[in-house]
Amino acid sequence: MKAWMGKIKALILMGLMAVILTGCGKENLTALVPKGYGADESMKLIILTTVIMGGVFLVVVIVLAYVLIRFRRKKGQENYIPKQVEGNKTLETVWTIIPVILVIIMAVPTTLVSFDLADASDSKDHINIDITGNQYWWHFNYQDEDIQTSQDLYVPVGEKVYLNMISSDVIHSFWVPSISGKMDVNPENTNTMYIEAYEEGVYWGKCAELCGPSHSLMDFKVVVVSKEEYEQWVADMKNYDPEKDEPESAVAKEGKDLFEENNCMACHAIGSSPVQVGPNLTNFGNRSRIAGYKETTKENLVNWLKDPEEMKPGNLMTGKYPELNDDEADKIAEYLLQLKVTDVTPDSAGK
Amino acid sequence: MSIAVSESSAKAQKRSIGAVLWDYLTTVDHMKIAHLYIFGGAFFFILGGIEAIIIRIQLLVPENDFVSAGFYNEVITMHGTTMIFLAAMPLLLGLMNAIMPLQIGARDVAFPFLNALGVWLFILGGLLLNLSWVFGGAPDAGWTAYAPLSSTSPGHGVDFYVMGLQLAGAGTLMSGINFLVTIINMRAPGMTYMRMPLFTWTTFITSILILFAFPALTVGLFLLQFDRMFGAAFFDVALGGNTIIWQHLFWIFGHPEVYILILPVFGAFSEIFSTFSKKRIFGYTSMIFATMLIAFLGFMVWAHHMFTVGMGPIANTIFSVATMAIAVPTGIKIFNWLATMWGGSVKLNSAMLWSIGFIPSFTIGGMTGIMVATVAADYQYHDTYFVIAHFHYTIVGGTVMGIFAGLTYWWPKIFGRVLNETLGQITFWTFFVGFHMTFFIQHFLGLMGMPRRYWVFLEDQGLDTGNLISSIGAFLMAVGVIVFIINAIYVWLKGEKAANDPWDGRTLEWTTASPPEHYNWKQTPLIRGLDCLWLEKTEGNGKMIPAHPLKDIHMPNGSILPFIMSLGFFIAGIGFIYQTDNKLWYIALFGGMAIALLTMLVRSVQDDVGHYITKEELKGEAE
Amino acid sequence: MNHDHIFNPKSLPHSPEKATLEGKNKFLGLWFFLGGETVLFASLFGTFIALRNSTAGGPSSEELFGLELVFIMTILLLTSSLTSVYAMYHMKNHDYKKMQLWLGITGLLGISFLGLEIYEFTHYITEYGFTFRSSAFGSAFYTLVGFHGGHVTFGIAWLIVIMIRNARRGLNLYNAPKFNTFSLYWHYIDVVWVFVFTVVYLMGKVG
Repeated sequence: MKAWMGKIKALILMGLMAVILTGCGKENLTALVPKGYGADESMKLIILTTVIMGGVFLVVVIVLAYVLIRFRRKKGQENYIPKQVEGNKTLETVWTIIPVILVIIMAVPTTLVSFDLADASDSKDHINIDITGNQYWWHFNYQDEDIQTSQDLYVPVGEKVYLNMISSDVIHSFWVPSISGKMDVNPENTNTMYIEAYEEGVYWGKCAELCGPSHSLMDFKVVVVSKEEYEQWVADMKNYDPEKDEPESAVAKEGKDLFEENNCMACHAIGSSPVQVGPNLTNFGNRSRIAGYKETTKENLVNWLKDPEEMKPGNLMTGKYPELNDDEADKIAEYLLQLKVTDVTPDSAGK
Repeated sequence: MSIAVSESSAKAQKRSIGAVLWDYLTTVDHMKIAHLYIFGGAFFFILGGIEAIIIRIQLLVPENDFVSAGFYNEVITMHGTTMIFLAAMPLLLGLMNAIMPLQIGARDVAFPFLNALGVWLFILGGLLLNLSWVFGGAPDAGWTAYAPLSSTSPGHGVDFYVMGLQLAGAGTLMSGINFLVTIINMRAPGMTYMRMPLFTWTTFITSILILFAFPALTVGLFLLQFDRMFGAAFFDVALGGNTIIWQHLFWIFGHPEVYILILPVFGAFSEIFSTFSKKRIFGYTSMIFATMLIAFLGFMVWAHHMFTVGMGPIANTIFSVATMAIAVPTGIKIFNWLATMWGGSVKLNSAMLWSIGFIPSFTIGGMTGIMVATVAADYQYHDTYFVIAHFHYTIVGGTVMGIFAGLTYWWPKIFGRVLNETLGQITFWTFFVGFHMTFFIQHFLGLMGMPRRYWVFLEDQGLDTGNLISSIGAFLMAVGVIVFIINAIYVWLKGEKAANDPWDGRTLEWTTASPPEHYNWKQTPLIRGLDCLWLEKTEGNGKMIPAHPLKDIHMPNGSILPFIMSLGFFIAGIGFIYQTDNKLWYIALFGGMAIALLTMLVRSVQDDVGHYITKEELKGEAE
Repeated sequence: MNHDHIFNPKSLPHSPEKATLEGKNKFLGLWFFLGGETVLFASLFGTFIALRNSTAGGPSSEELFGLELVFIMTILLLTSSLTSVYAMYHMKNHDYKKMQLWLGITGLLGISFLGLEIYEFTHYITEYGFTFRSSAFGSAFYTLVGFHGGHVTFGIAWLIVIMIRNARRGLNLYNAPKFNTFSLYWHYIDVVWVFVFTVVYLMGKVG
């Protein structure tokens, strides 16, 4: 009997777990499974307020249900006139005071956490990264290391990283739900926030402020790696010299020539450079996604090069270079995909 | 005087369509203006609903390409703008126009001419905004139109947004002033402030909100207009501009605006709960003070829409705590409604179902309101589907349900027919179930990482099921609305004329005919207490005691000028929009302005002292 | 049946502007309207204060403004407020001619104010190249001061219309509220100017 009960319990528990897990969304994207300091603090407040407000909701619904069952007008009561009650001082005081207390209970931790998350007094002791939001991609400039990259943000696990964010065009909003809440990226001032990831892995980042047609495609990744890997990555990126780097395959070499002929360098830098009209392509071959959201395959890259508008409506690359034929696009793609300056990649993160 | 005669004699025979049209174009009667608001609002509500359905079809499956990215942004922008400014607001203004003068014993509003001007500005403003669909693309910067996306958006879409809202907003502001003066100066003898029905009270407080909120939008729109059309640099960062100014101005207007949307229906619900429980409202005084407190706090909290802007922790927490405080008066209201029903004789008809459905729905909206007010938690909620869910729970679960409740309740008074009960209940249940299906799941979608205004969501991000459920719910809501429209047409064609007091009402509006004569009462009633009709009923009189003997009634004259004036502004609006393309459009700009100003001049110079309905005429009309 | 006597009684009451319901409504309505206008101007002032140093390399308020001219403008407008008080005083005493006279003076003072403002703007544009498009400060300055100027212009047009319209009619209960609401509006415009003078010119000059 008991064993049977136990099995049922286990089954129910497992079922519940399954529901909760799928119900919480995709790992490393959802805010419901926090894996960073900011997301964790937010989650605590989310739970606190949900519990308190859920309690209030229950009281309201129970009273409402009771009223509807108990006081519903029944047959034969059409002419019944209830007592005309004006009010009740005690009751009204009670349902004023209790909400006031509940609000105070919620207001105190809210205040503490928001001051904590906004505290940037120790920013000098930590890694600082300048972030620029652009229609529709993200640029990351590691100011202390003189490294630039785009779309994939590499940070070490368990360390505070300060992000100083500004926009080059319209307002964007930087959001990595599993690691931290969001902050707007304004064109007129630099906003600073910090993130601290608890686990290695690749995290989805989203733009959360309407910024034009491809707003929903302005995804990026935060690649959280171990401290050793991070240092390795920084060293590899720093030591990379585009002048000395010649592609190995002949196709890629042709691709490089085409890349130069078509004046791609006017917008895109390879290696450390202040150019940031378009994404920096130094470690393009390591990128987790093409155009921020498509899987990194040669086919996708060829399609992107031939018709960026199709993949990301309203992007600023469309029409900035002569039309490419299949062969040219293929060669450039070959060249770009072999730009792998380091072994620290999204694939290696967390492995 | 001639108008009065023609109206009463015309009632006998069917009037031609042209005559009806002319009547509505020139009317200054509060009930007819209410009709215009309600028809206009309903039209735009359907339009906004179609836009909502397009959104939900696009989000039915991941990476859908039902509509293009650019078009999607136009649809979401127009859905929000239309629903707020052109559907919810006018429907509420319609209810206020129809009922408030009847509840205080006034023959009309204080400024009937302005009232007509307001409704035409709304209709033509709404039309102007929607003309953008035909002329090269609708606005696409979101209904909040954040600069610099809005100030740099190519094409004329945002120009239409600016001019359309400027017209509609001016109309609303006039209504606000009008209602305030009406309630202060034109109450019937004995109708003291503390005897006014709660719907009138909420109309009063809403009007104050309109008065102090809309000018901020006006200024914001002017700045945007100057930037877009005349090369100003308010939002041009290169020339020292600051885009955050727009956000502040927009939300200084925008937050009170959501209370403008909810307070009137709070009033309507109060009337309905009281009537169908056969009990006076519980805690009448505390209801009034709670409403005032909500309105007051409503002006102190605008920046809670901007927690992620980077205002710093001090500003953030001040606005956060101020916002949470609003829960207290709102809670008072919810419990007062429950207490009103407690011990009552609760009749469950469709008007009441909407009101009862409102309580849990709005409570959820309120609790998520507290949740999004929690600053550090809002870093996660902000600009995600959680927020979408939250404000639809308040605006649909509150305002729209309130509009349905109010329309069902006052339909006999406004249109002279009682809505069909069966169809009414079908509407309620489909809409109610559809509503919760659509929006409850969106709380989770938001937290699972789906930002708002996303044209597509990607495959394999755990968002598929939630979006599918949400879309199915939206279709159910649409079914509910369609049944309501069928209901309205059905009773118009087949329904019987409604009695003066079909619900055993408690307040003054139920003492007039359904629909009322344009002068409302032959003799202004004397008010002897709160729920004045109920008072007379319980004392065995059954009807109001007149405040004065039968005498001549002074009524305002109808006029076509409000329509022409609005048309002038409309033409000028088009001129403003297109003068950036071709200077010839200045003709439309100045021509339209000239029409508007000339009409103002005519109005100013003309003697318009109204007309009188004589004692003899009143006696001649059958009771 | 003629109801003319309602607006043209044999003898006017002491406050003809508030003797009818229409008059009371107009008066109260205008008060509320001015409440809304306060938010309008507050929003414009807020915008101006936020942008008053955003000159983008163009001329700043210290370089531009000369207090002498603005001081004269202030005196003109303040005086016009006073003269409209006289006009209302005569209206209450049913002295129609004197009322028209003082209203006329009010209008002339308003027009001179406007003339100086136009001169001021042209001066900035021609001498300094400081325009609406120069910088965010330029946009904010011309918008705020221009909105006030626009209100003055509208007020003058309004005054001219009611003065001409009622020139031969004399004072009655129908037009008394019109004069009264105009006067209230005119005072309001004057009060706004005091703030413009302080926030834009004094603060702009002092820093």
